Amino acid sequence: MAPKPDTLQGSLDLLVLKILSRRSPLHGYAIMSAIQDISADTLRVEEGSLYPALHRMEESGWIRAQWITKENGRRARVYELTIGGKKQLGIEESRWKAVAAAVNRVLREA
Amino acid sequence: MSILRRVANLFRTKQLNREIDEELQSHLEEAVARGRDPEEARRALGSLLRHREASRDERLIVWLDSLRADAVFGLRQLRKNKITSAAAILSLALGMGLAVAGFRLLDAFLWRPLPVAHAEQLFAVARQGLGPSGDFRVSEANEYPLFVRERAAVCGEAELVAVSYSNRAELTFKTDDEIEKVERQYVSGWMFPAFELLPAAGRLFTEDDDRTPGEPAYVVLSYEYWTRRFGRDPSAVGRTFRMDNRIFTVIGVSPKGFTGTEPGTMIDVFVPTMMHEGVTHSDWSWFRTLAILQPGVSVDTVREKLQPVMQAFHEERAKGFKTEPKSFLDRFLSQKLLLEPASSGLSGMQAEYRRPLVVLGLLIAMVLVIACANVANLMTAQAAARHREMALRISIGAGRLRLVQLLLMESAWIAAAASAVGGVFAWWAAPFVVARINPSNSPAQLALPLDWRVTLFAALLTFAVAFVCAFAPSLRVSEVEPAQALKGEERQSRGRLMLTLVATQVAFCFVTYFAAGLFVTTFERLAHQPTGYSSENLVILTASAHQPQPPPVWDEASGRLRYVPGVESVAMAGWPLLDGNGWNGFIWVNSQSTEVLAYFLSVSPGFMDTMRIPLIQGRDFRPDEVFPGKAIVNEAFVQQCFGGRNPLGQWFEKETGDGVTRWRFEVVGVVRNARYRNMREPMTPTAYVPFFRTNPAGLSEPEPKDGGSFIVRMRKGSPAALMGILRSEVSHARPELRVSSIRTQVEINEAHTVRERLLAMLAGFFAAVGLLLAAVGVYGVLHYSVLQRQKEIGVRIALGARPFDIARQVTVEMSFMAAIGMGAGLAVGFATVRFIASLLYEVKPTDPSMTITPILVIAGTIVVAALPALIRAVRIDPASMLRVD
Repeated sequence: MAPKPDTLQGSLDLLVLKILSRRSPLHGYAIMSAIQDISADTLRVEEGSLYPALHRMEESGWIRAQWITKENGRRARVYELTIGGKKQLGIEESRWKAVAAAVNRVLREA
Repeated sequence: MSILRRVANLFRTKQLNREIDEELQSHLEEAVARGRDPEEARRALGSLLRHREASRDERLIVWLDSLRADAVFGLRQLRKNKITSAAAILSLALGMGLAVAGFRLLDAFLWRPLPVAHAEQLFAVARQGLGPSGDFRVSEANEYPLFVRERAAVCGEAELVAVSYSNRAELTFKTDDEIEKVERQYVSGWMFPAFELLPAAGRLFTEDDDRTPGEPAYVVLSYEYWTRRFGRDPSAVGRTFRMDNRIFTVIGVSPKGFTGTEPGTMIDVFVPTMMHEGVTHSDWSWFRTLAILQPGVSVDTVREKLQPVMQAFHEERAKGFKTEPKSFLDRFLSQKLLLEPASSGLSGMQAEYRRPLVVLGLLIAMVLVIACANVANLMTAQAAARHREMALRISIGAGRLRLVQLLLMESAWIAAAASAVGGVFAWWAAPFVVARINPSNSPAQLALPLDWRVTLFAALLTFAVAFVCAFAPSLRVSEVEPAQALKGEERQSRGRLMLTLVATQVAFCFVTYFAAGLFVTTFERLAHQPTGYSSENLVILTASAHQPQPPPVWDEASGRLRYVPGVESVAMAGWPLLDGNGWNGFIWVNSQSTEVLAYFLSVSPGFMDTMRIPLIQGRDFRPDEVFPGKAIVNEAFVQQCFGGRNPLGQWFEKETGDGVTRWRFEVVGVVRNARYRNMREPMTPTAYVPFFRTNPAGLSEPEPKDGGSFIVRMRKGSPAALMGILRSEVSHARPELRVSSIRTQVEINEAHTVRERLLAMLAGFFAAVGLLLAAVGVYGVLHYSVLQRQKEIGVRIALGARPFDIARQVTVEMSFMAAIGMGAGLAVGFATVRFIASLLYEVKPTDPSMTITPILVIAGTIVVAALPALIRAVRIDPASMLRVD
């Protein structure tokens, strides 16, 4: 069963940064789809919380955005990672690993 | 996202909302395109409005939050380095305080619109042409009969208002013993309605109060005078007083803030133009004409209508000119009428002080730049000291812009604190300077309100200074290489930026010093200009009588003064030399008109002796000689009218002013040149004539006089208290005479150098401040560069470098930059000197002493400022240096 989207809180930034570090630029919908596809629908991004998160990260200087016109003529706002974002990704990744390792240890040894 | 865009975001929320909406819309479209149900997609996304709010808040709040954090951190940084921060704030406060004070002055004097309706539509009617001596001039003075025609000619397109040149008048509300001096201005009755001014009490003039010459004897008091004299007592309206032997009635009080149309003078009483004698004279120019243009009417339209009216009037007048030279007539008829913008009023003081004040403003700007450069250098040095901190911030993800924001907040704190301190300084400084414009017995009076204009200027200045000061350290921060900095490597930059700033400081310092030198020399040359007589120990009593008094009355008063202890000699004259009064006319020799415009002064026998003007030929006047008939002339007169020939016994003539008759004079004496009008012009040809005139009624006793000056020479070392005794002695001797003013000749002479004294004093002060600040700058930069390179210097010393080599190495760049700065300053100084040439007197900017002195002084200051850092460098202990790290 898919976890409640709430549990993504805290790791949404990590996921977005990671996705953008692999393929960018991407627009919001594509980021969302990518997270869903790669996690085989295990992780679902609540569509409503994606954009505020993107804008916050943009403000923090981790990602930057620009408007492009796609081949079908529609305009879309696409995001890509900045240098600051790359560093942030490193920080978040190691934090996640530390947390995950700690949780695993608890599961194993408790 | 740039800081600018973030700031813009604050104010452009609409645009931001649109962007967010568009992005969400594109999300929905994408979802639908991938085959999802539109309704389901919309539900999944949630309320558009909520998103929009959340996203916008994210953008703004993150920024505001960082701003707050930076502000707190910046403040903490400043408090950590208390002494350097205080130095930065104080030096900047001085610069900013000067700037605000300068702005208040310039604004109140030159730029602020008059507090009247349609000030922007206000123009002054002026005429441009060649003056009597062939000099190009623009004059605003007008004749009343012409004014009446002009007003009718532009009726419907512009309203013309006559406002006289303000003058000092004497009035009394009680008895003659309680005379008050007031500033008086004659104004058209319809001025107040045209300016849409409302009375503070009583009523103001209307057109009906200004129809018949000589009436009505009404006045309107100004709000300031009403406050000062009557404590805003409403019963002041209706009171009467005597002025010029007429009884006037107060009918009302002008509104608060309106102080007349002459910046620099605050009018006390307004009188209708019809009360001025000149309204019936075609040859009296005694007022300015202000034109209030109707909306949509162009300046040219009005000008083209006025020009022919003036031309016709002048042609009529020219028919009356019988004796004037032809060239004079041509010049008179070729005058052109101009309309000059006058939204901020017009005054002679404004014209005289416009350029000096602008020059002072520019000097202040330079001092401010010097101060800013200091703060920028200080912050750059601090930023360098915090190099690792900055590198750490970058490596954990702070954008460089974020660091710039941090620096900006710091400099904003400094600028804000400096503007607060500087504001207090400006509060005091602006009135201080105003009181020193014009001679001390009639100082400039200027309303200096602290209104939105001043506040806005101070705010803009604070922002500008904050940005300028943060600029240099920001460049520095943007170079930070985190990897190297964190490894502990010192940056090897030599602080080229800081040196450039020092060069700028030296350049501006040179310019201020150069200008100050020119102004101080000008003042000294003028103040020590020989006057041709001895001013020391001369006291001038100016006396007047209600009814003209015959010679015995004057002679008796003069005789009584002579017996006051301490008085050496007494003479009488129409007015003292150099007090601003003048009486002139073209001279005729052998019944031929000449182009010589000579100045006349009526004097009693003994005048030359009392003044110590040496008589070189002939004799003094005899007691029975009256005007006209005999004259004593000066050398310039002999040179210009008689070609240097012996003039004794020769005759010359002066026009009487009616255009037909002339007075004849026989030269009985020749004296050395003495200054009559001012200190700057070449000596004017001057003729001294007897004090009393022949009686027009044909009586043998000369004509009675209603005014004159007693010239009293005191013995050396006589106490100043004697001046009071002199005053009472005159009225004791003859109660008919009243002493209206008592001055020393030295005071009168000094009035001619007030402007130069002010310029010299302030420019000198700015130069000193600039020098001090530049010295601090040099000291700081050298000190910092030695600190930065102490390891390197240590190594060199260890390897055997001699102190001299170290000193040279430390100072070579600084000397180079100082030389560049000096060169730039020299270039700027010479390029701009033309602008101040009219303010200079007998001093050449190219005079080597004018440039060498500042160069030597600045160079000397730099050496002194550099010494501490040099000593520190030379004394570096290689052993301890090499142990560091």
